[in-house]
This record gives sequence, C-alpha cells and structure tokens, in this order.
Amino acid sequence: MSAIRVENLEKTFGDLTAVNKISFQVEKGEIFAFLGPNGAGKTTTIKMLTTLLNPTSGKIELDGLDPTIHRNEARQRFGIVFQDPSLDAEQTAYENMELHGVLYKVPHKLRVQRTEQLLKLFELWERRNDYVKTFSGGMKRRLEIARGFLHTPKILFLDEPTLGLDPQTRNQLWTHVKSVNESENTTVFLTTHYMDEADRVAHRIAIIDHGAIVAMGTPQELKQQTNSESLEQAFLALTGSTIRDESATSQDQLRRFAQMWRK
Amino acid sequence: MSAIYILWLRELKRYVRSRAQIAASLGQPLLYLLALGFGLGPVFQKAGQGSYFQFVAPGVVSMTILFSSVFSGIAMLWDRQFGFLKETLVAPVPRIQIMIGRTVGGATVAVIQGLLVFVVAIIAGFRPHHWVSFFPALLFMMLIAIVFAALGTAFGSIVQDMQGFQLIMNFMVLPIFFLSGALFPLENLPKALVIITRIDPLTYGVDAMRGALISNIQFGFSVDTIVLCLIGTAFLTAGAYLFSRIQL
Repeated sequence: MSAIRVENLEKTFGDLTAVNKISFQVEKGEIFAFLGPNGAGKTTTIKMLTTLLNPTSGKIELDGLDPTIHRNEARQRFGIVFQDPSLDAEQTAYENMELHGVLYKVPHKLRVQRTEQLLKLFELWERRNDYVKTFSGGMKRRLEIARGFLHTPKILFLDEPTLGLDPQTRNQLWTHVKSVNESENTTVFLTTHYMDEADRVAHRIAIIDHGAIVAMGTPQELKQQTNSESLEQAFLALTGSTIRDESATSQDQLRRFAQMWRK
Repeated sequence: MSAIYILWLRELKRYVRSRAQIAASLGQPLLYLLALGFGLGPVFQKAGQGSYFQFVAPGVVSMTILFSSVFSGIAMLWDRQFGFLKETLVAPVPRIQIMIGRTVGGATVAVIQGLLVFVVAIIAGFRPHHWVSFFPALLFMMLIAIVFAALGTAFGSIVQDMQGFQLIMNFMVLPIFFLSGALFPLENLPKALVIITRIDPLTYGVDAMRGALISNIQFGFSVDTIVLCLIGTAFLTAGAYLFSRIQL
C-alpha cells in the first residue's frame, strides 16, 4: 500500500481550474518533491491532501484512508509545515510543542520525551522557554518542522519550507528532515522553488504546471528525459520560461500588513 | 476535553502576556465612563433621573465585554490567513471542540476586562445597591460574554480581510453598543428607536446588569435571562456551523 495515492484529483474555483485531474502515488518512506511555477496548483493540492480544502472531484488516499471521509483519523497520520508560519508567536517554543502534543493526543510521558528529543535535534532546546516572536525565520521553521514530527506522523508535508532562509539554514534543515525520514521511515511530500534542494533530497519528483502533472520520475530520469545537465534546466524545459504573475489576493495584502507589524 | 482546555488556556495566556494591549483596550471604556459619566451628570440630574454615573457604569462594563468578546472572535482573522488557525484545523480534533475552546477563551478574557472596568468604576465612586448583587452581575457578565464571543466567532469564520473587519466594527458592533440603552434610559424613546433597541441583544444584557447592580430594570430578570440564553444558543450554533465550514 502506498503512503499517498491520488487519482484524477480536481479542484475548480468558479471557472478557474487550479488542479486538473492529477494522479500520482508516493511510496512509504519516500521523499517526494512536487515542483512547479507560481500558481501551478502545488499549494492547492497540499491543502486538499491535508483536509483544508475539499476536492471538486477525484480520490485521495493517505495511508489507505480517504481524508474527506475519515478526517480525524487521516489528520492523526500526517504532519504539515505550511508556507506561512503557523506557530503561536505569543507562546514559547516549548508551549507550542505542548499544545501540538495535546491536540494530537500524544500521551504526556511520550510528549515530554519526544519534545526534548526533537528540540535537541533541531537545536532549539536551549531556547525552549523563549517566546517564538523572538525567534529568527530559520528558528521558526526548525520549530515548525520539529513540531510536525512530534506525533510521529507517517507522512510529513512541507510546503516551501525553506522560503526566505539562508543557504546554511536550508542545508541544515534538509539534513534534519533526511535523518528523521531515515530513522522513523516517515514519508515526506515537499514543494520548493529551489531545484538544487529537490535534486539533492528527493527520491522522486513530479513537475506540475497549469494544474497538470507534466513529468514525473527520479531527478536523474527528468534530466535524461530533457537532455539537461541540471534539474533547473530540466524544469525550465518542461514548464517554459514565461513568468507567472499571480494577482494579489486579500491574503497577500494581509501578509504584507502582518509583516509590517511583526517585523 | 483536553483540546478545549489547551485552546482556552492559550487565549488566557495571550491576554495576560500582552500588558500593552490590556492597557490599550481599557482606554475607551474608561473614557466613556469618566467623560460621559461625569460630563452628562448634571443634565441627567436636572432631568430628575438621579446620578448618571451610577446609571452608565453597568452599561460601560457591558460595552467592555461586548467589544472584547467580539474582537476576540474577529482576531481569528490573523490566526486564519497565515497563522495559528491552520495548525488547529489540521489537528485530529473535531472542529466543534476548537470552536468551543476559542469562544470560551475569548469570553473569559472579556469577563476579566469587564471586571477591570468594574473595579475602576468602583474606585471612581460607583456603588452597587448591595454588594452581594455582584454575584448575579457576574453571572450576567458571563452570559453577555458568551453571546458576543459566539457572534465574534461567527464573524471571524467569514471575514477574510481588514475591510471586512472594519465593516463589522462600524455596522454591527458600534450599533449594538449605541442602541442598547447602555448610555441612555429606554423610557420615552421615539417609536423607531424602541423597536431597534428591542431587537438588540445587548439591551437585555445591560438591563439585567442594571437590575442586578442598581435595581433599575425594564424587562425583568427572567425575560433578560431567557432572551440572552436563546440568542446565545443561536449564535453558538451559527458560530459552530460557520467555523466548521472554514476552508483555507
């Protein structure tokens, strides 16, 4: 049984088709990268996989469960790191972990033990009692990923987890993700704009454009298929070099507004 | 239950930790209390209605609870688009529990705010008719808080941006306050105003507060309690429904 199985998944908003009947499978323990230009449908797909958005049609299975029906059972099985931070800035790192553990019904003893282990692994243990609002972007990301692993999910979704981070932090972050992927056999489903990361980390890659999957395979296969030397070239060969302008939504406005206030 | 508790605790922690916000949110009620309370006092006295400060204090306490509880619900706007709300919405917890945790948390904070204003009013010279009447007053403060925290959650579930927030503040919350009888007696009003004040839920809250604290009541405690409970149930149901339908 695959960790993720998607068949003819479709999402439309009015007459806009964001995701157009895509199908793919991710095997257990695999690191699967989902790449595509802005507005290609990556985030919409992740939202449907993680019960935040109802699909228009099509079938999803997470660890054999349909998340549109068995919502809470499916939610228990995955962790997610969103594109935008989803920590509570007014609470400490430790409190954020605790809250997550309680929501996911991790037994108290295990929660304390895993919180310590994960905060140490992600090098946040010293800062556990500091408010998240005092953390740098990289520290927040690390905390979010540590939190995502707390309830021992079978699948971890990472939606552009390295956006806006420096190369050092990005590097370290992927090292941690890979080490947990290996030690706990967690399936990882990620999106990113950094092709070198995907090339290095992912076992398999799907490239999505205009809501449809245009290529899928190992990084090596994609490069061979397009006669490219790097994954970036392969990506451009597959998706063209036109720049996609997304219109600003109210969410972007709010994001800007929040950045002004939050520094 | 533990999910409700931890989300309730979160609201409380956020409140206690933001001292600047506590001070800021007390500014407006205090202005109403002190400026109107003492400013309109002489006119009110001349009209033969007694002390305006005594009259307006329960109204301002109710107002504080109204603003604070609706605001806590709409503050979901922040949590919603990029923040913490997603973390709770993907958690394996029924949405209703998340909604209840947030709403009761917001209501608790609102009651604390109301109590702070109440204490200031007492320092400034407000005297309830009986000190025991504090307990029924507290009960009505909780009722008001629940009613409007639920309304806030309902709004918070549908509002997407700052403009929507302003719209609700100006066309819902301020009218609820000004047309509730918090600032003026309900007797001898023009016909239109009589009707409007009767459909404003806060009217019954203010009335009960005044009844409890200064024995000045229009509709009677049973009517006030029944109306508040009914509206509270309706708002909670609407809030739970709208919250359960949130898609991001």
